[in-house]
Amino acid sequence: MTQQISNLEQFTQQVRRDILRMVHAVNSGHPGGSLGCAEFLVVLYQHVMKRNPGFDMNGINEDVFFLSNGHISPVFYSVLARSGYFSVSELATFRKLNSRLQGHPTTHEGLEGVRMASGSLGQGLSVALGAAQAKKINNDPNLVFVLTGDGELQEGQNWEAIMYGSAKNVDNLIAVVDLNGQQIDGSTKDVLNMGNVKAKFEAFDWDVLEITEGNNVEAIINGMADAKSRTGKGKPVCVLLHTEMGNGVDFMMHTHAWHGKAPSNEQLENALNQNPATLGDY
Amino acid sequence: MKKYENQGSKDTRSGFGAGMTELGQKNENVVALCADLIGSLKFDDFKKNHPERFFQIGIAEANMIGIAAGLTIGGKIPFTGTFANFSTGRVYDQIRQSVAYSDKNVKICASHAGLTLGEDGATHQILEDIGLMKMLPGMTVINTCDYNQTKAATLALADHHGPAYLRFGRPVVPNFTPADEPFVIGKAIMLNEGTDVTIIATGHLVWEALQAAEELENQGISAEVINIHTIKPLDEEAILKSVAKTGCVVTAEEHNFLGGLGESVARTLSLNAPAPQEFVATNDTFGESGTPEQLMEKYGLNAKSIVEKAKKVIARK
Repeated sequence: MTQQISNLEQFTQQVRRDILRMVHAVNSGHPGGSLGCAEFLVVLYQHVMKRNPGFDMNGINEDVFFLSNGHISPVFYSVLARSGYFSVSELATFRKLNSRLQGHPTTHEGLEGVRMASGSLGQGLSVALGAAQAKKINNDPNLVFVLTGDGELQEGQNWEAIMYGSAKNVDNLIAVVDLNGQQIDGSTKDVLNMGNVKAKFEAFDWDVLEITEGNNVEAIINGMADAKSRTGKGKPVCVLLHTEMGNGVDFMMHTHAWHGKAPSNEQLENALNQNPATLGDY
Repeated sequence: MKKYENQGSKDTRSGFGAGMTELGQKNENVVALCADLIGSLKFDDFKKNHPERFFQIGIAEANMIGIAAGLTIGGKIPFTGTFANFSTGRVYDQIRQSVAYSDKNVKICASHAGLTLGEDGATHQILEDIGLMKMLPGMTVINTCDYNQTKAATLALADHHGPAYLRFGRPVVPNFTPADEPFVIGKAIMLNEGTDVTIIATGHLVWEALQAAEELENQGISAEVINIHTIKPLDEEAILKSVAKTGCVVTAEEHNFLGGLGESVARTLSLNAPAPQEFVATNDTFGESGTPEQLMEKYGLNAKSIVEKAKKVIARK
């Protein structure tokens, strides 16, 4: 277990480098939320999900994942590439003309690993519910995962979906909320205080658990094991993942300033020095 | 002129319901979603026969479109059903991102389109939906004219891969197309050959176009009548061939002239063979309460209006 955790941490460190270099190269993109979710997506793809070789859009007999907060595409692309869906070298095309790695993820360019376009917020949970219900019709016992931002919960469609998930007993779905407390204009508390998110999900009759150390690989492993154990019991499962935006780069943490801003040359060098290469840069 | 008989008036939405009932038996991948309008959309039989493949979403259309997109991941062919206004304008971004841009095999089926919804008034009478939907890249847009055609279109959509919008209506209207007429997406249907003017009609205006052609014949004018059930992709070849013969065209639709069938026809003509055109359509306005007949008369969407526009456009040749 210790070795496994260490390997996942090393993997995450390389993903952080990818995120920083991708965003820096085109002077655009969203590093803050990407860095905050790096550990989670690495653990999800490298440890939690059952994944079949290759890529099948229909995801039959495997777990499937949807990224609802599509702006954190850098971390999604890095994890997908380093999990074997497409060549790591393609990360160099991020946000460039004629690239499959669009600013926000899309199926339109046929990028393996992406099953749904996202970017306009608030749609991923509904899509995940549909995919989960398709699995039920197909007698496919595998799970559907979806990640949403916390600010994203301000979109009303989420609450339609949350109401539906419990009413229809969609208990093969794990919805993870990236609870970093930040959005573009400032803290979620200042922009539109959502109060007690856990109580809200529980009031909608979801089974809710928290991972308070959402940037700790071991905590994520244990938390997601707990989440999986709660599936199949009549309720959809919500994981409140407490993360730190900009995690792993000291000057990007404890602020919303790096939501959608690229580092300068000097800032990139500083950030990369804090995260030496582990798997080799793209 | 070729005679078309009303085989017995029915609502087009019942044609949709009959199509869904048949699809339920024929194609196990077809699933249906509804936002609290089972009776209005005629989903009763599908729901009764295939409860495991029927999804009551509640009054939450945005969630319905997302769930439909998700169901395609797993190989399902979702047909969503609600009123046209709530099928399009209310959920445009959900359709744009989760269905059209994501290239999902979702069939958005919309009843109560246009003015003929009647007494409920303008909040429910969408006259912009064809424009909204045809502007989405990759979206197929169909507006059927009677019960038989709506049923046939519903069946055809299950065999067509890709996002599609199927528009039909509330009122009972003449059912006049052959029950066994194959529905070919993107292929216009020649209803009557003529030489003086081409009338290109879609939806409820097709029957009115036939009535207009009869009246025009009585007045010594030979009208060609084309049923365009598929607005996108448009059968440009059929349009150009006809207008090359007649030299002018009237388009007729239960929709705003902005964004409708008429605009698509005008683009085709202007790019290939410019010809005078008149529009039977609403004139950049909302609807209002009234009976369907009263509304179609007030807003100029009937045979009488088509006759007037036909004579006007012939004079412009």
